[in-house]
Amino acid sequence: MSKVLIIAELNGSALNPSTAKCVACAQAVSPDSIDIAVFSHQCADAAATAAGITGVSRVLCIESEANRHPLAAVLAPQAAELAADYDYVFGPSTTFGKDVMPRIAALLGVGQVSDIMSVASPRSFARPVYAGNAVLTVEVPEGKTIVATVRTASWKDAPTGGSASVENASVTAEIPAHTRFVELASEASERPDLQTAKKVISGGRGVGSSENFDLIYQLATKLGAGVGASRAAVDAGYVANDMQVGQTGKIIAPELYIAFGISGAIQHLTGIKDAGTIVAVNKDPEAPIFEIADIGLVGDLFEVLPELEQKL
Amino acid sequence: MNKILICLKRVVDYNVRIRVKPDGDGVVTDGVKMSINPFDEIALEEALRIREAGNAEEIVAVTIGSQDCQQQLRTGLAMGADRAILVESDTEIDPLAAARALHALVEKESPDLVILGKQAIDDDCNQTGQMLAAIWGRPQATFASKLELAGTTAKVTREVDAGLETIEVDLPAVVTSDLRLNEPRYVKLPDIMKAKKKPLENIAVSELLGDTEPQLNAVGWAPPAQRAKGILVDDVDGLIAALREKDLVT
Ligand SMILES: Cc1cc2nc3c(=O)[nH]c(=O)nc-3n(C[C@H](O)[C@H](O)[C@H](O)COP(=O)(O)OP(=O)(O)OC[C@H]3O[C@@H](n4cnc5c(N)ncnc54)[C@H](O)[C@@H]3O)c2cc1C
Ligand SMILES: Nc1ncnc2c1ncn2[C@@H]1O[C@H](COP(=O)(O)O)[C@@H](O)[C@H]1O
Repeated sequence: MSKVLIIAELNGSALNPSTAKCVACAQAVSPDSIDIAVFSHQCADAAATAAGITGVSRVLCIESEANRHPLAAVLAPQAAELAADYDYVFGPSTTFGKDVMPRIAALLGVGQVSDIMSVASPRSFARPVYAGNAVLTVEVPEGKTIVATVRTASWKDAPTGGSASVENASVTAEIPAHTRFVELASEASERPDLQTAKKVISGGRGVGSSENFDLIYQLATKLGAGVGASRAAVDAGYVANDMQVGQTGKIIAPELYIAFGISGAIQHLTGIKDAGTIVAVNKDPEAPIFEIADIGLVGDLFEVLPELEQKL
Repeated sequence: MNKILICLKRVVDYNVRIRVKPDGDGVVTDGVKMSINPFDEIALEEALRIREAGNAEEIVAVTIGSQDCQQQLRTGLAMGADRAILVESDTEIDPLAAARALHALVEKESPDLVILGKQAIDDDCNQTGQMLAAIWGRPQATFASKLELAGTTAKVTREVDAGLETIEVDLPAVVTSDLRLNEPRYVKLPDIMKAKKKPLENIAVSELLGDTEPQLNAVGWAPPAQRAKGILVDDVDGLIAALREKDLVT
C-alpha cells in the first residue's frame, strides 16, 4: 500500500492549477491512493475543485483562521503531522511549494527531491540541476518518506471528472506566532496567467523602456497571450518581478513562446525549454537565443512588432 | 543586533558552460572556474549593509565543504565579513545535512539573523534555509527582495509568483536572498590583503554531526534533451507563414 499526500496551493480561496499537475506526477508512482490537503480559512471552493481531479481519493480540509495566508512556518507543522500516514508528500515547485515543502521534509527528518521532471521508478526521479544543463536521477532509500516538489512545467494537468470525498481533518500541531502575514502586492492583470497561458510574449532589455513594453502588451492582447520578461527587463524596472521567466523566475511551458530583444542567457532558457514552439526576434544574428529557437527572425523589434500586430 | 551568520557555498561559476561527463557520473569540474554562489554574495552584501547602518556588530561567514572552499571564504572576508568558519567535509553534503550542521553552529554562535542564498546554482535544491529554520524552530523569510529591521522583528518582502509578499518575523530568523535584494560590491585589492589576517576557523563536520549519510542516492547525470534545430525566416511575412503552418496563429 503506498499513499500520496499532496499539499494544495491556493490563490485566495481558489485552487491553483499547479495542484492538478502534482496529481499527474503522483499517478506516475502508481500509488494506491492520492489525497489532497487543503489548508485555508475557507476550504470549500478549493476542496470542491480538488475533489473533481481524476485520480484523487480524498480531500482533507484543515480549516482554521491561522491558515488564511500560506505561511510556511504555520503550514509545515500541520502538514508534517498529517504526513505521518503517507509514503509520499508532494507539492508544486512554485514559490509556495518551494517555501513550505523543505520545511515539512526537515520536520519529518528526511531530504527532499526538488523539481521532479519525470518518475523513473516509484523511488527514483529525474530532476534538473545546474540551471537545467544536466538532469540528475536520484533514488530515495527504502524506509524514508518521499517529500518532493513537482516541476509544474513538466506535467500536464490531471483531467477533471473525479468525485473524491471531502472530509474535515483536525491537527494538534502547535501553530507558531513568530511569523505574521502583512500584505501581498499583486498587479491586477486581465491577462492570462503566465504559468498556465498557452501563448506567452516576452520582452528583454532590448525593449528599452516600460513605455516600449506597450508594444509587447498590444501583441499579447491580439493573441490572447500572457506577458513575460527577462531578468534584465525586470531589473531595469520595465515590468514587475512576477513576470520574470527563467531559472530564478517562472519555469513555463506554453505552446508558443515569442521572445523580443532577449539574448538567451542559459538562466533565461531554463525557463522556456519545455515550450512547444520558441520564436526569437533579435537584431543580433549571433544572439544565443537563436540556438534554441524553432523560428528565428533577425530584425529590429521596433519594426517587427508593429508589423506583426498589424498583419495578424 | 549582535551577530549575523551568512552562508557561502562554493559552486561552479554561473558563466561556465556545464558539460555532463561522458560516463554520466557527474558534471565536468576539472579546471573549471569556481565562485561563491551568486545568491550567497547577495546574502553577505545584505549583512554588510546592516552592519554599516549600525545595526549589527559582527558577521560570520560559513562554508561547508573541502579545504578548497577557503578561497571563497577569503573572498567573503575581503568583501567585509569579520571572521569565517569552514566546516570541513570531503564528501558532498546535501541540504538536510547542511541544515543540521548549520543548526549546530547556530547553537554555538547564537546569531540574531542567518542569511542564506535562496538556492545553490549547482544542485538548484532551494531547501537549506527552510530546513535550517524548521530544525531551529524559527521563522523563515525566503526569496527576500527587501529586508527591514525593527528592534526584535524584521519585515521582509518576498518575491512570490503572485507578486510581492510582505511578512513580519520575530528574531532570530532565517532569511534567504533573491537576486533583487541588492547588488553586491566588488572586492578591492587592499581588502584582499587585509582579509588574510582575519580569523578563519576549521571545524570537522564530524564534530557537528554524527550522521551525514546522504538522503538521496545519485543514480546518474545526463545531458538535457536537445531541441531540434530551428529555421530562420527573412521577414514578418515569413514568420507569420511559419506560425500558420504550425497552427499557432490564425
Ligand atoms: C544566478 C542567476 C540567475 C538568473 N536568473 C535569471 C532568470 O531567471 N531569468 C532571466 O531572464 N535571467 C536570469 N539571469 C540573468 C541572465 O544571466 C541574463 O543577464 C539576462 O537573461 C539577460 O536579459 P536580456 O536577454 O533581456 O538582456 P541582454 O543580454 O542585454 O540582451 C538584450 C538583447 O536584446 C537585443 N536587442 C537590443 N535592441 C534590439 C532591438 N531594437 N531589436 C531586436 N533586438 C534587440 C540585443 O541584441 C540583445 O541580444 C540570472 C543570472 C544569474 C547570475
Ligand atoms: N555546503 C554549503 N556551504 C555553505 N552554504 C551552503 C551549503 N549548502 C547550502 N548552503 C546555503 O544554502 C543555500 C541554498 O542551497 P540549496 O538548498 O542547496 O539550494 C545556498 O545559497 C547557501 O547559502
